[in-house]
Amino acid sequence: MPRPLSARDRPTSPHLQIYRWQIGNSLSILHRLTGIALALGLLALCYWLMSLAGGERTYALAAREFASPLGRISLIGWTFAFLYHLLNGVRHLFWDMGKGFERTQRHASGWFAALGAVALTVCIWVFIWRSGP
Amino acid sequence: MAEFSLPANSKVRKDGRVFKAPPGAKNVRVFKIYRFDPEAAENPRMDSYELDMDACGPMVLDALIKIKNEVDSTLSFRRSCREGICGSCAMNIDGKNGLACVSACADVKHDIKIYPLPHMPVIKDLVPDLTNFYAQYASIKPWLQTRTPAPPDGERLQSKEDQEKVDRPSACILCACCSTSCPSYWWNSDRYLGPAALLAAYRWIVDSRDEAAGERLDYLEDPFRLYRCHTIMNCTEACPKDLNPAKAIGEIKQMLLHRRH
Repeated sequence: MPRPLSARDRPTSPHLQIYRWQIGNSLSILHRLTGIALALGLLALCYWLMSLAGGERTYALAAREFASPLGRISLIGWTFAFLYHLLNGVRHLFWDMGKGFERTQRHASGWFAALGAVALTVCIWVFIWRSGP
Repeated sequence: MAEFSLPANSKVRKDGRVFKAPPGAKNVRVFKIYRFDPEAAENPRMDSYELDMDACGPMVLDALIKIKNEVDSTLSFRRSCREGICGSCAMNIDGKNGLACVSACADVKHDIKIYPLPHMPVIKDLVPDLTNFYAQYASIKPWLQTRTPAPPDGERLQSKEDQEKVDRPSACILCACCSTSCPSYWWNSDRYLGPAALLAAYRWIVDSRDEAAGERLDYLEDPFRLYRCHTIMNCTEACPKDLNPAKAIGEIKQMLLHRRH
């Protein structure tokens, strides 16, 4: 007769591996990821400011780095991260006031934050492309 | 601490058994079901059951009962009322938590995958250990607490408006669909109370007859018990009774804020 399994040895049922992505948790994890990206972006901003303080030669070097394909992709990414984190942060402010919890409200505000961030990112970068060299 | 992958003894084997549909079946659907046998020294596995839907009821619970009765009697799951009021048959169906008895097979377009409620200790197959979940419910003292004596000639009465405040949250059936859909609860269920217990706490805090709202709020004012809610809102998406635990938690946070001023 096999010994019954003790509570300690019981397997844990699958969770992250099997749970279908919902709008809510997708946007929530995106809020965290953009937050991490912005923290890293702060390092890049510091580098840029230090290059400015270092004089013409160091600034030219930094400007070249940011103008490289990787630099441009990062800047576009940080633009989106900033705008999404900002707009979704407003959703969090409303929730903290006890508002916006109904299904249609939270879905609509979620799409507004996500699509709004994409649209504003496109607008900003089209503006930069057309005005810059 | 958040553990994103499953421990070694919990990894699900793909090489489960396959039960073919009876010959001549025209309307066949495949149910892939999580199996764990506590008496076998084996990891959990996924078994496949092909069912003839022309000879099966419409709900996922109908399919499970048919499997247990006619195909494989070793399959274990909880069920009772089969009409969405007892909360026994809560499980993860097609990636989302719900009650098997009120989830239609036709709403799933592909193979129907069924797992136990997520991130819970599994006793057998689709039966999770809910001990901690019930203990958390008990910890919020889900009963009327009073300081003043009741009226000598009758019951403690409440207006219709006051009754309506507790009407919806009282409809919770403690199925655990919400708490076990919450990533915060997955990573911190030892200290975070989870949406079901917090909705119940809310139900007593707003009850006009209850006189322990202060103590109830004191208990919840804790970085983990209440504030591990990060408004992910999987709870409210999952609730089979269409309740809104996320909103109740938001209102508890509001009450804690207001009583400081």
